[in-house]
Amino acid sequence: MAEPLETTIRSPLAGWTPHPLTGIRLAELPFRTQVNLRLPAKGPAADAVGLELGVPLPVEPGTTAGSGELSVLWLGPDEWLVVGSPGADLAARLAARRGAGVSVVDTSALRTTVLVAGPRARDLLAHGCALDLHPTRFPTGRCAQTLLAHAQIVLVAVDDGTSGAEPAYHLLVRSSFANYLADWLEDAAVEYR
Amino acid sequence: MLLIRCPWCGPRDETEFHYGGAAHVAYPSDPAALSDEEWGRYLFVRENLKGPFAERWCHTAGCRRWFNAVRDTLTNEILRVYRIGEPA
Amino acid sequence: MSGDGLRHATEGRIDRGTVLRFRFDGTAYSGHPGDTLASALLANGVRRIGTSVRLGRPRGVMSAGSEEPTGVVQLEAPFPDPMRPATMVELHDGLVASSLSGRGRLADRPDPARYDAVHAHCDMLVVGAGPAGLAAASLAVRSGARVILADERPEVGGASPDTEGDDWFDRAGARVLTRTTVFGYYDDNYLVAVERRTDHLGAAAPGNLARERIWRIRAGQVVLATGAHERPIAFAGNDLPGVMLADSARTYLHRYGVLVGRRAVVFTINDSGYRVVADLAAAGVEIAALVDPREATGGTVGGQVGGRYGGHVVVAAHGDDAHGHDVLSTVDIEPVGGGPTVRVDADALLVSGGWSPVLHLYSQSGGRLRYDEVVGAFLPDGCRQAVTVAGAARGLTSTTACLVDGVDAARQALTALGITPVDWSPPSVGAGAEGPPPATAAPGGVPDLRFVPAEDYSTHFVDFQRDVTVADVLRATGAGLRSVEHVKRYTTAGTAHDQGKTSGLLTSAVVGQALDAGIAELGHTTFRPPYTPVSFAALAGRDRGQLYDPVRVTAIHDWHVRHGARFEDVGQWRRSWYYPAEGEGLAEAVRRECVAARTGVAFMDASTLGKIEVQGPDAGRFLDRLYTNVMSTLAVGAIRYGVMCGLDGMVFDDGTVARLAPDRFLLTTTTGNAGPVLDWMEEWLQTEWPDLAAWCTSVTDQWATVAVVGPRSRDVLARLAPGLAVDAATFPFMTWRDTVVAGLPARVCRISFSGELAYEVNVAWWHGLALWEAVYEAGAPYGITPYGTETMHVLRAEKGYPIVGQDTDGTVTPQDLGMAWVVSKKKADFIGKRSFARSDTARPDRKHLVGLLPEDPTLLLPEGVHVVDPACLAGGRLPEPPVPMLGHVTSSYRSAALDRTFALALVAGGRDRIGDRLYAPLDDGRLVPVTVAGPVLYDPEGARRDG
Repeated sequence: MAEPLETTIRSPLAGWTPHPLTGIRLAELPFRTQVNLRLPAKGPAADAVGLELGVPLPVEPGTTAGSGELSVLWLGPDEWLVVGSPGADLAARLAARRGAGVSVVDTSALRTTVLVAGPRARDLLAHGCALDLHPTRFPTGRCAQTLLAHAQIVLVAVDDGTSGAEPAYHLLVRSSFANYLADWLEDAAVEYR
Repeated sequence: MLLIRCPWCGPRDETEFHYGGAAHVAYPSDPAALSDEEWGRYLFVRENLKGPFAERWCHTAGCRRWFNAVRDTLTNEILRVYRIGEPA
Repeated sequence: MSGDGLRHATEGRIDRGTVLRFRFDGTAYSGHPGDTLASALLANGVRRIGTSVRLGRPRGVMSAGSEEPTGVVQLEAPFPDPMRPATMVELHDGLVASSLSGRGRLADRPDPARYDAVHAHCDMLVVGAGPAGLAAASLAVRSGARVILADERPEVGGASPDTEGDDWFDRAGARVLTRTTVFGYYDDNYLVAVERRTDHLGAAAPGNLARERIWRIRAGQVVLATGAHERPIAFAGNDLPGVMLADSARTYLHRYGVLVGRRAVVFTINDSGYRVVADLAAAGVEIAALVDPREATGGTVGGQVGGRYGGHVVVAAHGDDAHGHDVLSTVDIEPVGGGPTVRVDADALLVSGGWSPVLHLYSQSGGRLRYDEVVGAFLPDGCRQAVTVAGAARGLTSTTACLVDGVDAARQALTALGITPVDWSPPSVGAGAEGPPPATAAPGGVPDLRFVPAEDYSTHFVDFQRDVTVADVLRATGAGLRSVEHVKRYTTAGTAHDQGKTSGLLTSAVVGQALDAGIAELGHTTFRPPYTPVSFAALAGRDRGQLYDPVRVTAIHDWHVRHGARFEDVGQWRRSWYYPAEGEGLAEAVRRECVAARTGVAFMDASTLGKIEVQGPDAGRFLDRLYTNVMSTLAVGAIRYGVMCGLDGMVFDDGTVARLAPDRFLLTTTTGNAGPVLDWMEEWLQTEWPDLAAWCTSVTDQWATVAVVGPRSRDVLARLAPGLAVDAATFPFMTWRDTVVAGLPARVCRISFSGELAYEVNVAWWHGLALWEAVYEAGAPYGITPYGTETMHVLRAEKGYPIVGQDTDGTVTPQDLGMAWVVSKKKADFIGKRSFARSDTARPDRKHLVGLLPEDPTLLLPEGVHVVDPACLAGGRLPEPPVPMLGHVTSSYRSAALDRTFALALVAGGRDRIGDRLYAPLDDGRLVPVTVAGPVLYDPEGARRDG
């Protein structure tokens, strides 16, 4: 995808102003560059992609690897999602690796990201996520494809930089489900107003 | 609700999975060589066992991998899971 | 009975300094914080609080807990709530309740309360916060485990009023859920509970808190410390208000400071009745008689007893003229085996038929129960789930024994979890405390008296809520029923609130007596969730209204809303259905939209189509096996229509395939089938063809798609994409181009679902709205018109294009649709090919997709209506059923282009009937004539697609 055109670009949750909450921050992190990779986890192709990214592809299920703004999420034994900052040239760089048994698909507009952070972030997610998000089970750096209420999401435990101790999660949700997810989060959060 | 151990993602709630029926029912190597009777049997006829039963599941809401599981149809207990291609 | 003096001066854990006002059946009463509705009613002397469901008999409070079968009331305020046991309703100021005749009333207005759900995980879930549960939880917390402790009561401590103090329990170390009933135990230690969070706060309840919360708990280990229920004994009139379970009288005294009567008879078959005598006597209640069928009536009884009746039973309870016949006044006592009757005046008859361990959850978990002759009840007997039963739930009776057992259970569970238990015991037990004492204390075992023999069993109740008597059970066995499960269905004993809590063993005992069989061999009825009733509101939680199911919307949705679109749901998608102008209904709007598409230009939001990118060196081979036609020969830059079938040869999905590069394809699927098609592709790749180097990635939400349709669509596109050669020769039908449209990177596909010249413009999702608005603006000079799904359906149907799922139903082959051309004859194999050679799919009388033209061109056939052959009509009427049907209408519309109505239908041998007249029987009885036509009714030559 080319550089987003600032005048015409509109994120799935444009205009969303979450209700202020106690112990929870909600926000959309729009337009992050995302590239879906499919390739065998081991072999020269994986090595080459790792070199291109500057980090090896994580092979342990449910883990992430990253360097700087870039993070690579394990989605499946032959599938990864590379996430970068908005406008990053990842897709073009990785497209050069296409072929020879590597699938590269730009999915930057496929999902948007919702930040759920704060001391009560886990409580909020527990209303709809069946995973055990206790920090001993799902520490920073873990990711999972799972369900939040009735929406499929990619859930990532992140260090959002505000304070190392505060739980923070990225919820990557399909664009068409984003409104539902935001409505659901806002409704679940009525408890924490 | 069953807790199903995806061979990749680990234990997840049953709602994340899609059931795929009996395992190890291979697509015939030459369908044209089969009689209507044999083809119909491949399409429609499955065992309905009491006890351990090898079946397929897909971790639909997770890694989207298909895998096999042996489930006791009497107790609903999943006795083991194994990846496609691994020995039963 | 007047309430004066029924409130004890000092006993109980109520706040006497605060007065709560409440109303019952229109009368104002008062109580105190700490009361339940039941204790407050008893303190006010209210004995009768309901009428039984079948027999209309008076009913009062029988217990002090969730096993309550009779004291069930209707709450009226703050919000109507039917069938609530008064024993579980915490009193609050302003509570209004009324009595019931066995059936509640649902609210006639929407419930304003919120309900929600939470997922929770723990190493150990302890159910029940009595001595055993508290001890188990305490050891687990001290050992470092993640612990959830749930109890249905407002505070921890258990049902027994004999608490010995529990300050050794560290509440903060565990997640303690009070007012929480664990009501279901499912596979893999998944337990579901309901927490009542705000009812006890009355009007002070914060509106943003969920009233009830469903907890979905996944536990590594479960300790069930669910206690025991005291059992009633069946004798004549054992349902009369004033007859209560004996130990509940102690609970009312010690917890609520309420005397359940002034002059009591205690009827017990086990030693626990003796502490009732002692405690009540000490509190000033006159014990008129102690009745025990055992010869020796125990040892010392702490307190004055009017008469001690060893070897006796209570045979009947009565009201009298002086006190009324709806409350207890006298008790008849006779020797075991018959003899002279002694009549004793009493206003309370306290009955203990022994104790039943509460094993509902254990049984739900798959645990086996065995009948224990010594305890006289069912006990746990092994379970494959990770569960341990502790305390009274496995027949222990003393507090000390339960404490010790709780620690033992936790130790076992922790060890199984791989957590080393610390060395700890509750202080009241002390180091080296004695092990659990025997299940029953001397003197004497529990005699298995369940019901008192009589001539007439018509008021010997076994299920007090369902009005089931010993006579009813004997009628069932008399009718030949041999299984307790059948007796349950025949009599309804053990259904409703009770679920066998007080009735189960009694019913089995009666059946056993009738059949001369032991309870052990008869067994028990199956315990099923929920343990106590749970409201549908709680189960639904927040999955209601707008959040019931996800509503998927496109990037352009807000524009559709602003422009007055009407919507329809297609799968989870909310799609524009039509855009009515001022004063237009569906028919007028769709006609206008169709005319615009056929004569000018129109546009629609097609973003909902499923889109899948397939990459890899074997992508072409893979698609050749999936689709009925050949995809590997497609040129880069070209697009081909394709159909996928199931193995049975029936149409599963259709769409287009664009070749982006030698090893890259972009597929579209129908809107509702995007997920299933991707799953289908992955299934074949992963399970049958792992050797193929091909990968699938869903890109449905990556692209926003705007279809620009009509003879003037080229003009609109030319204005928006000055860099694109739009003439038909350079940009032919069924090809695609990457270009810039309205300044946005775009992929334009020349495909048409209407037969008109048309383009589908794809841009990144986040540019969708900008593209749409640009198309609207560029098209304005041509009168561009937005259209929705209804117009799309009309336009495609005029061309005979089927919609999978509307014109097909899983029994239709491509050949049935008249699309034999899409089925390759050359390919060695593809999914479904073998099934096309089955005799059934080769039948000439299969149903074919054809057009139907009603002879009255204004008549719109209802979709789904059948069509029949005129040969079967007799005198212009349908024959007697079964009427031989030829098929049915799958799509039916009014067409502006044809200036008439038309339909598509699946008709047996339809292609051989073209030109024939058939009849469609309508709901109003009319038989209307229709003419069979080919499916393509508009522009059959295809002259319009190049504009």
